[in-house]
Amino acid sequence: CLKAIMPFGNTHNNFKLNYKVEEEFPDLSKHNNHMAKALTKEIYGKLRDKQTPSGYTLDDVIQTGVDNPGHPFIMTVGCVAGDEESYEVFKDLLDPIISDRHGGYKSTDKHKTDLNFENLKGGDDLDPNYVLSSRVRTGRSIKGYTLPPHNSRGERRAIEKLAVEALTSLDGEFKGKYYPLKSMTDAEQEQLISDHFLFDKPVSPLLTCAGMARDWPDARGIWHNDSKSFLVWVNEEDHLRVISMQKGGNMREVFRRFCVGLQKIEEIFKKHNHGFMWNEHLGYILTCPSNLGTGLRGGVHVKLPKLSTHAKFEEILTRLRLQKRGTGGVDTASVGGVFDISNADRLGSSEVEQVQLVVDGVKLMVEMEKKLEKGEAIDSMIPAQK
Amino acid sequence: MANSFTRMINGRNTAVMMAMGAGTLASAFLLSDNTAAAERRRFYPPSADYPDLRKHNNCMALAMTPTIYAHLRDKATPNNWTLDQCIQTGVDNPGHPFIKTVGMVAGDEESYEVFAELFDPVIRDRHNGYDPRTMKHPTDLEASKITSGMFDERYVLSSRVRTGRSIRGLSLPPSCTRSERREVERVVVTALSGLKGDLAGRYYSLGEMTDKEQQQLIDEHFLFDKPVSPLLTAAGMARDWPDARGIWHNNDKNFLIWINEEDHTRIISMEKGGNMKRVFERFCRGLKQVEHLIQERGWEFMWNERLGYILTCPSNLGTGLRAGVHIRLPFLSKDPRFKKIMENLRLQKRGTGGVDTAATGDTFDISNLDRLGKSEVELVQLVIDGVNYLIECEKRLERGQDIKIPSPISQFRK
Repeated sequence: CLKAIMPFGNTHNNFKLNYKVEEEFPDLSKHNNHMAKALTKEIYGKLRDKQTPSGYTLDDVIQTGVDNPGHPFIMTVGCVAGDEESYEVFKDLLDPIISDRHGGYKSTDKHKTDLNFENLKGGDDLDPNYVLSSRVRTGRSIKGYTLPPHNSRGERRAIEKLAVEALTSLDGEFKGKYYPLKSMTDAEQEQLISDHFLFDKPVSPLLTCAGMARDWPDARGIWHNDSKSFLVWVNEEDHLRVISMQKGGNMREVFRRFCVGLQKIEEIFKKHNHGFMWNEHLGYILTCPSNLGTGLRGGVHVKLPKLSTHAKFEEILTRLRLQKRGTGGVDTASVGGVFDISNADRLGSSEVEQVQLVVDGVKLMVEMEKKLEKGEAIDSMIPAQK
Repeated sequence: MANSFTRMINGRNTAVMMAMGAGTLASAFLLSDNTAAAERRRFYPPSADYPDLRKHNNCMALAMTPTIYAHLRDKATPNNWTLDQCIQTGVDNPGHPFIKTVGMVAGDEESYEVFAELFDPVIRDRHNGYDPRTMKHPTDLEASKITSGMFDERYVLSSRVRTGRSIRGLSLPPSCTRSERREVERVVVTALSGLKGDLAGRYYSLGEMTDKEQQQLIDEHFLFDKPVSPLLTAAGMARDWPDARGIWHNNDKNFLIWINEEDHTRIISMEKGGNMKRVFERFCRGLKQVEHLIQERGWEFMWNERLGYILTCPSNLGTGLRAGVHIRLPFLSKDPRFKKIMENLRLQKRGTGGVDTAATGDTFDISNLDRLGKSEVELVQLVIDGVNYLIECEKRLERGQDIKIPSPISQFRK
C-alpha cells in the first residue's frame, strides 16, 4: 500500500495530474478575493505538481478561497499556508497576493522587527473618558511544526504540550494557568466567557473550509496570567495568539507587557530548539498571509459618536493607516458609537511603528471628537496621508 | 473483476486509463521518497494521533480501537485516501445521546476494502448485524413483482422512492477532485439526455440556473442547497460548491436526479397520491435505462455482491433505497403502540421535511429502516405491506375498534 504523508488535505495530488489544467482549474468567475485575483491557469499549471515537505499542495492552499467567493465590498485573502515552506514552494501565487494585500510589498523587500517597547513615544495618556480599553495581539508559529490547516492530532498535541510547558514556567507578572478547552469545568467556562477570553469553535466558513476546526476541541486551550492582562490562545487559527490588554488608555503599558511577555516566551521555546517561524522577508510566519510581518493588531475601544458620523471619518482613518471594527471584533458592527480602532498594516513596518500609529492616531481622533462636541470644525486637523 | 477491467480499458477514454496507470506508478515512486514528512509521520506513533472519542456517540467511535487505528493509519487507497480522512467527520461531530450517526465516510470504492477492519464492524452495527465477510446482498429491480402497491389516498398524500448510484472509477464526494466531479456530471448528464418518452427531461446546473429556474425548483421541492450539516461539511462534501452540481428532472416532474450532492447521483421517483407501484416501476425502469446508457460509453455503477451498491455513507450501502410515503395518521400517531408497531414493521418515521425534521400535524414521512441485506423489491414490498397495515390500524381506531401489534419482521433473508 502507498504510504500517506499527512492525514488531511488533498493527499492524492499526483492522481490529479492525470487531468489537464483546464479540467482541474477552479471556477472563480463569481469570486472576489485576493487568491481569485492572482490565480491564473499558468500559475496553477506551474504549481499544481508541487508539495511542501509535509505534503501540503496548491489545492490545499486555495480551498478556502474557492469555497468562499467573498463579498463585493470586503476583500478576503482566500488562501492559507499549511506550513512554513508553503510561502516558498507556492511563492508564485503567494507573492502577488502578499503584495496586493500589504500595500505593494515586493518579493525583495525586507521586514523590520522591533519589539523594544522603549522605542514607543508616549502612549500612556490616552483619555480614559473616551478610550475604554487597550489591546495588542499577535500570533506566533512554532518552527518545525505544520500549521492549523494541515497538522495532525499528534502534531497539534505536541504544540499544545510545548506551549503549556513554556507558559507555565513564566513567573512574576506573567504567572498564570492553562485551561484546556476539552476539560474545562462549567464554572471555568463561565468565568472565561465573562472575562471575554474564551474563544469558540470557528464557525466562519473562511476558517472551517481551510480545515482549522478539525478535531475540535482537541489540544485547544487558553492560558492567562493571574491578573488577567496577558492571554495566550493555543491552536485556534494559529499555533499561538498572544494578547495583552487592560481597561483604559494606557497603551504604553499594554505594549510593554506584550513585548516583555513575548520575548520571555520566545526564549523558552528557543531553549527547547523550537524558536518561532520568522524570516527577514516576511517577518513572523502565520497561517493567513494577512497576518505576516508583525501579525500585530494593536487597538482600542474608543467612544467616537460624533466623529464616526462625520463625512470624513473614513478618509481620516485611511490617512492615519487605521481601520475600524465593531466592538465584537472583525465583521461586527459598532455599538453606541464605540469603535474598535486598530492599525491596518502588518507587513513592511515594525511593531513599534504600528503601535505608534495607533497611539498618535487615536490621540488625534479623540481631540477631534472633543472639538466636534464643542460644535467646532475639525477640517484643519485632518492629517496628511501617513 | 477482469471483466470490468477489460471493459474499462476498451470502453472509456483509453488515454486516461493509460495515464492513470503511469500516474499511479509515478506517485508510488514519489511517495516512497524519504522525505522529511515521512520522517515526521514515523516520529509520531499512531497513539499520538489517536482521536479522543470519549465524548462521542457514533458508530465509528464505538468501533474504533487503538489497535485498528495503528493497523490502518498509514495505509492509503490507490487514490491516496486515508483512514483519518474517512473518520474526520466522526471525530468532528461527537453525536447525540439519542441519535447514533455513522461517523465515517468512504472516499472511493476501495475505502471499503483497505479500511475493512473499521468499516466492517460499523456496517454490522448500522445494518443489524449484516456481516460483509460472510453474507451476500441481493439486488432485485423487477418492479413487476410488487403486489398491492396502491394506497388509500384518503391517508397517503404522496409516494416516493430514492436511491443513490456511484460511477465506478471516480472518487466519491468527500475525496473527488474538481475534474473528477465535473467528469461525473458529464457522464451522467450525457446519459440522461438519452432518456426518452415519459423519462425525457433536462438538466439545471446549480451554478448557471436563472433566478426564475431556481424559484421554480424550490417551489417544486426539487432544489437541493449547499450542505450546512456539519456531518457533511466536515467530510469535505461541500468543497468547490456549486461547481459541477445540478438537478435533472423529466418533463413530467416525477423522476429526478441530483448530481454531486452527497453522492455522485441520487435518483428519485415520486408523485402525489398513493400509487407506489407506479412510482417503483418508473424508478426501476429509469435506473435500468440510465445504467444501460452509461454502459454504452464504457462506464458502470459501483457495486459488489458483499455490499451491493457502493455509496459515500455506509448507511446507504446495499440498496441505498428509501421508499416512503407522506401519510396522515391522526388516531394511530397518538396511540402508545405506534412506536412498537413501526419498529416491528421495520419502518421509521420522519417529519415531512425529511431526516431530522419534526412532523407537522398528523402527517408523517414513513419509510423503510433497512438498506442492506434485503433487495429493492423486498424493501418496497415491506413498505407497502407495512403502510397498508398502518392504514388498517388507523381505520380500526376510527371505528373505535382495537388494533394489534404485528409480530416483528425478520432481519435478513435466509
